Amino acid sequence: MKTNAINSAPNKAQAGRPARLSLADWMPKIVMAPTVIVTLVCMYGYMIWTAVLSMTNSRMLPSYDFVGLSQYERLFNNDRWIVALTNLGIFGGLFILICLLLGVILAIFLDQKIRSEGAIRTIYLYPMAISFIVTGTAWKWLLNPTNGFEKLMVDMGFTDFTFDWLVNPDKVVYCLVIAAVWQASGFVMALFLAGLRGVDGDLIKAAQLDGANTFTTYRRIILPSLKPVFFSAMVILSHIAIKSFDLVAALTNGGPGYSSDLPANFMYAHTFTRSQIGLGSASAMVMLGCVLAILVPYLYSELRGERNA
Amino acid sequence: MPNTQAIQRKTTSVEKLLRVALYLVLISVAAIYLLPFVVMLITSLKDVEEIRTGTLLSLPASLHFDAWSKAWSSACTGSTCEGISPFFLNSFQIVVPAVIISTILGAINGYVISMWKFRGSDLFFAALLIGCFIPFQVILLPMARTLGWLGIANTTSGLVFVHVVYGVAFTTLFFRNFYQSVPSELVKAARLDGAGFFTIFYRIILPISTPIIVVTIIWQFTQIWNDFLFGVAFSGFDTQPVTVALNNLVNTSFGGKEYNVDMAAAIMAALPTLIVYVLAGKYFVRGLTAGAVKG
Repeated sequence: MKTNAINSAPNKAQAGRPARLSLADWMPKIVMAPTVIVTLVCMYGYMIWTAVLSMTNSRMLPSYDFVGLSQYERLFNNDRWIVALTNLGIFGGLFILICLLLGVILAIFLDQKIRSEGAIRTIYLYPMAISFIVTGTAWKWLLNPTNGFEKLMVDMGFTDFTFDWLVNPDKVVYCLVIAAVWQASGFVMALFLAGLRGVDGDLIKAAQLDGANTFTTYRRIILPSLKPVFFSAMVILSHIAIKSFDLVAALTNGGPGYSSDLPANFMYAHTFTRSQIGLGSASAMVMLGCVLAILVPYLYSELRGERNA
Repeated sequence: MPNTQAIQRKTTSVEKLLRVALYLVLISVAAIYLLPFVVMLITSLKDVEEIRTGTLLSLPASLHFDAWSKAWSSACTGSTCEGISPFFLNSFQIVVPAVIISTILGAINGYVISMWKFRGSDLFFAALLIGCFIPFQVILLPMARTLGWLGIANTTSGLVFVHVVYGVAFTTLFFRNFYQSVPSELVKAARLDGAGFFTIFYRIILPISTPIIVVTIIWQFTQIWNDFLFGVAFSGFDTQPVTVALNNLVNTSFGGKEYNVDMAAAIMAALPTLIVYVLAGKYFVRGLTAGAVKG
């Protein structure tokens, strides 16, 4: 009976249009409104705000004296920033490459009807549940030259073994790679494994009937069909690399000196502790540029694919 | 005839050998992944002398839990020496409300975007999607100013607010992708029967949403618990989350370095998300891959 009463309202209103704009029609928009407003302000608004700040000479407090692009000029003349960008190149490149390789190999190995696959998968993936701060703390201990890995090897009889990467300015960035690969490679494995499970079984059977051996089947059929997984993994990993901040904070704190800084650490240091808001904002904008350079082509191809499908 | 049989037997024995090698590789890789955690655990149970004289893998002569109690209640994290327990509590006070609010908002947003489309809702979804990926460095300073104006700088509510604002993009994405696969006839039929916006949500949508709610809660819990950037940028001295406190503990050096205390504190900070992962790994992985492949 109740529903009838509710029902009658729109039925009567069918004649006159204005009555249709009832509260019920507005409901979806009303409940979405907070998210829309907050997203527009706190994501896009703040982005513009930071862009504006990057063109001012703000130091300890935001000021709005415009200085054009001179902060960017200062940025790219700043040795610490160049070190941070170079580190991002080395760290990001190696991190992505090793994670993808390990991920795809482990996924293929695990996809061979392995007994207790679930347990092994759980072990490969658990670092992903941990904070980068914990990871950094653990690896700081493992890699420390006095009592860590080096001493383990020396005590095992390799008396000449030295491993001082953590305190060596030329090598410290590779310590970041080791810890980050440990953390994220299992995740890439999980992505590839999900992809492998989605490969059309008939296609594989057909190839095998045609006499293709396992190696050829993988090379010609299975791996090519994993291309989308490959691209999404690459986008996610580069995103993780560009945003990396906590790992550096915990593992090296940017040191020795600033030899293991990444852009995110540069930005934080200049904005919050060195009273260089203008310069910090400029570095944040460059980071945004890096992310967009990867993301926009990816999203574009994804959306186009979705529309075509 | 016997010839082919011989060949067959040969390949099976080669195959057997290959499988043994495969298991060996998989298990040794698993050992490598486990090693850091094992070393952490061993180290946390040694005393300082054993750490100095032993190696990473040497076992403690007897189990010492002193490092654990010190890490929990008396280790120095910056200028106080109360261990990480107060900050552990802070993290829960941030995580619980932030997870609940962002999950509810995500569910409603996802419901609207997939079933009550209006002009601009798809465009907004695209805008939100890009929001999942922006580096937070771009919003740090404006957000710090805003929190100051709102009077919630350095407070737990401020951190909850920040985590909700930047978590909603992901939670909306999860729910939207899930609801996308719900047949729209279901909702259309209910609308014809006169059911309203919230009735449909409660009676039809919510009851089928349990899996995605679990995925979202686990994802958000892990993300927010593990957060460091927002914690270090927006928390006050007594509202620091456990990740920030852990980092302070490790970098505070009074006298000698106590790696056993560091490791005990690190394990404690990792434990909540690890427990969730072990208990609900399936949902954790689903969240990771959903956020990844679709996003």
